[in-house]
Amino acid sequence: MTVDEISVGSPAASADGGRPVPQQVSGMRAQARVATELRTSPGGRQRSCVSTLRSQAPLALRLTRAKAREPWAAHAADIARVSLAAGAGGPVGGDQLILRVEVGPGSSLVLSEISPTLLLPGPRGERSATHVRIQVAAGATLIWLPEPIIAARGCDHVHNVVVDLDEGARLFMREELLLGRHGEETGRVTQRVSVRHGGRPLYRQDIGIGTAGADTPAVIGHHRAVGSALIVDPSWLSDPPSARALPGDAALLPLSGPAALITASAGDNLELRAQLHAGLTALGPPWDPGR
Amino acid sequence: MVDHGAALLLLADGRFPAGGYAHSGGLEPTIAAGRVHDLATLEAFLQGRALTAGAVAAGFAAAACGTLSDEDGKRFIALDAELDARMPSPAQRTTSRQLGRQLLRAVGAIRPDPRLEHVGARPHQPIGLGAAVAVFGLGRRDAAWVALHESVAGPAAAAVRLLSLDPFSTHAALARLGPLLDELAGSAVAASHGELDDLPAGGAPLLDIAAEDHAVRHTRLFAS
Amino acid sequence: MSNEQSPAPAQRRALRLGVAGPVGTGKSSLIATVCRNLADELSLGVITNDIYTDEDARFLRSAGVLPGERIRAVETGACPHTAIRDDITMNLLAVEDLERDFAPLDVVLVESGGDNLTATFSPGLVDAQIFVLDVAGGGDVARKGGPGIARADLLVINKTDLGPHVDVDVGRMVADAATARNGAPVLALSRKDEDSVEKLCAWVRWINREHRHGRHLPTDPGPMAPHFHASGEADELFHTHDETR
Ligand SMILES: Nc1nc2c(ncn2[C@@H]2O[C@H](COP(=O)(O)OP(=O)(O)OP(=O)(O)O)[C@@H](O)[C@H]2O)c(=O)[nH]1
Ligand SMILES: [Mg+2]
Repeated sequence: MTVDEISVGSPAASADGGRPVPQQVSGMRAQARVATELRTSPGGRQRSCVSTLRSQAPLALRLTRAKAREPWAAHAADIARVSLAAGAGGPVGGDQLILRVEVGPGSSLVLSEISPTLLLPGPRGERSATHVRIQVAAGATLIWLPEPIIAARGCDHVHNVVVDLDEGARLFMREELLLGRHGEETGRVTQRVSVRHGGRPLYRQDIGIGTAGADTPAVIGHHRAVGSALIVDPSWLSDPPSARALPGDAALLPLSGPAALITASAGDNLELRAQLHAGLTALGPPWDPGR
Repeated sequence: MVDHGAALLLLADGRFPAGGYAHSGGLEPTIAAGRVHDLATLEAFLQGRALTAGAVAAGFAAAACGTLSDEDGKRFIALDAELDARMPSPAQRTTSRQLGRQLLRAVGAIRPDPRLEHVGARPHQPIGLGAAVAVFGLGRRDAAWVALHESVAGPAAAAVRLLSLDPFSTHAALARLGPLLDELAGSAVAASHGELDDLPAGGAPLLDIAAEDHAVRHTRLFAS
Repeated sequence: MSNEQSPAPAQRRALRLGVAGPVGTGKSSLIATVCRNLADELSLGVITNDIYTDEDARFLRSAGVLPGERIRAVETGACPHTAIRDDITMNLLAVEDLERDFAPLDVVLVESGGDNLTATFSPGLVDAQIFVLDVAGGGDVARKGGPGIARADLLVINKTDLGPHVDVDVGRMVADAATARNGAPVLALSRKDEDSVEKLCAWVRWINREHRHGRHLPTDPGPMAPHFHASGEADELFHTHDETR
C-alpha cells in the first residue's frame, strides 16, 4: 500500500455520523516514513536497524536514545529508537499528515514523540487529519509511545490509525486525548483505530471527543482526558491476562485474541498516565516499565 | 418495510421471551458509580448508549439481516470477528453472546428456520437479532430499528426499578430519542452495505469499565 | 441447528421439577434435603433463580450436597416471576445445558426466586412442581389459596417444628391446605422430622418414576381449572381427601 492509497476521507462511522471533508485541501500535506529491519553483522550479531527514515516538514523523524523507562524494551537486545517531532502547534484545520511505520521481520522499534500534539482550528473551519499506517511483521515488535493529542477549542480533527500485525508480532500502542487546554472548551476529534492481526480484526474502535454523545455518562462523561494502551503479545494465545478494574475510571480488558486494552478516563493527563501505568503494572513483566 | 409492521412490533416488544428483561445495559453499574442519578443524567446516558453501543448493534444487525440468504455461514463468521473487535470488555462479549443464544433459542421455537443454523450456536446478540429479523421476512432497516430500540428501551425499563423515576418520564425520554434512533438506523443500513471495517465502531469507555465493575459485584439486581 | 439447541425427547430427558413459594419458606433447604438423600440413587442437577446474583447457588454449593458444577444460577433481573412463567428462555437453556453436560440426568430441580403466592412455573419449563409454604408465614396462608397452593403437584408446609413457637396449629393448617387443594397431596415437613423427610424423598422417587414411564401428565397450576391427577402409591403418603380420578 502506498501513501496515496490512504484515504483521507472522514471515517464512515464516526460517532457523530461524520462530516464530509471539504474537497479543496487548503492546508499543508506532509508525509513521513520509518522502516526497520533485522541485520546480522559479520560476527553473527543481530540488531534492529532503521532502513528508511523519511521526513517532510513539519514531520521530522530522528534517531534517538531511550528517554524514560519503556514497556517491554528492556527485554530486547538490540532495538531501534526513533522519535517524531511534528513541529510547534498543529496540525491546523485543513492539514493532512501521514505517518507510515514498517517494522520488518524480527526487528524491534521504539517510536516516541518529542511533544504533545496541539490541534488547532483552520482559518475556514476545515477538518484536519492525521493518518498513521503501521505494519509489524512476524517476530517484530513496535513500542509506540506518542504524546497526548490536545483538542484546542474549535479544532476539527480525524485521527486515523490502521495497524496490520502479522501473526507473532508484538505491539504496544498508547493513545491519549485531552479535551482542550487547561480550562478550555474542547474541540472535536474523532479517533479511528483499526488493528488487524494475521488478517483478522483484533481491535476496532472509534472514540470521539467534542462529538455528539461523547460527554454522556455512557461514554466519557465529564472527564477531561481519555486514553488507552493496546498491547498485543503472542504469548497470550495460551495464557491471556484476566480482566480487572483499575483505580479510578479505568480497566484492564483482555480482547478476543492475544491482546489486552487498558482503557482509562481521567480528570487530567497526569491522572490518565497514572491509570495506564497501573494497568501495565497489573500486567507485570515484560510490559510493566517499572517506576 | 411497512408491509411487515406486525412482525416488526412482535420482535421489538420487550415481552418477546428471550431473556432481555434481566439486563440493564450497563445502567445499574453506572448508577452505582454515581454517574446517573436523575432524569437528565439518564437521558444523557441513553443518548450516549444509542450513539455508541446502539449504533454498533444496529450496523451489525442490519448486516446480519442481509447475510441470512447467503448459502453458508462464512460472512457470519466474519461479522462475528468484527463485532468481537468492537467489544473490548470481556464481560460485554459474554453478555452479548448469552443474549444472542437466548434469542436464537426463542426464535428457533417461535419461527423455526433451517437458515438460522448458519448463525452459529452463540452469536453476538445483534447478529442473532439480524438473522431473526430476516427469518421474519423483515429487512435491514427493521433490524437496525429493533437493535436501536433495545439499546435504550432495556436500560429505560431498568431505570424505573433502579432510580426513583416514574415510567412516564422514562418513556418521555425514549420518545425524545426517537428522531436520533431513526437517523442512526439510516446510517446503520448504509454502513451495512459497505466494507466490514467501516461498520459502526463507536466506543464507550465508561460502559466498558462499568461492565467489568458489574461482573464482579456480588449484589446486583440485573445481570448486566 | 446444533445439538445444544434441541432438547432431548420427552421420555428420555430428565424430570424437570420446579420448587416455588414465597421468600424464605425453605425452597433451597428442601432442595438440599432432596440432594442429600437422593444423590446416591438419582443423578441430580439444580438450577437456582436469584434476585441478587447467585446467593442460593452459593448456599447449595456450600452445603456440599452435590458437586458444585451441577448447581447453576440464573440471574432474573429482579423478575423471578417472569423467569419461570412469561419468559422462560434463560431457565430453559440452563436446564438444557445441565442435561447435556451431565447426561443422563434423572432430575433437574429448578428453584424459583422467592416471590408471591401467585408465581408458578410455566409448563414449558417444568414437568412437575412443588409449592413451599412455611408455618411461620401464618396458619391462614394455606386457606388463602392461589394457583400454587391449590394446584402444584405437591404442596409442602415447611418448618412444622416451629409451629408451637409461632402459635400455629400445624394439623389445622395441613387440613386447610388439603381442603384448598381438593385432596391433592400436602406434606408437613421439617428437617428435624426424619419421617417427613423420608416422605418427601418418597414423593420425588414416585414422580420421577411416573415421568420416566410416561405416566406423568404435566399440569399447569396457573391458568387451568382445578385438576387433580395423583394416583397410586403417592396417595398413601399424604393427607388426601376424596379424589377425583
Ligand atoms: N426451623 C426450621 N427452619 C428451616 C427449615 N427449613 C428451612 N429453614 C430455615 O428457613 C430459612 C430460609 O430457608 P431457605 O431454604 O433459604 O428458604 P428459601 O425459600 O430458599 O429462601 P429464598 O430463596 O430467599 O426465597 C433458613 O434460615 C433455613 O435454615 C425447617 O425445616 N425448620
Ligand atoms: Mg432459596
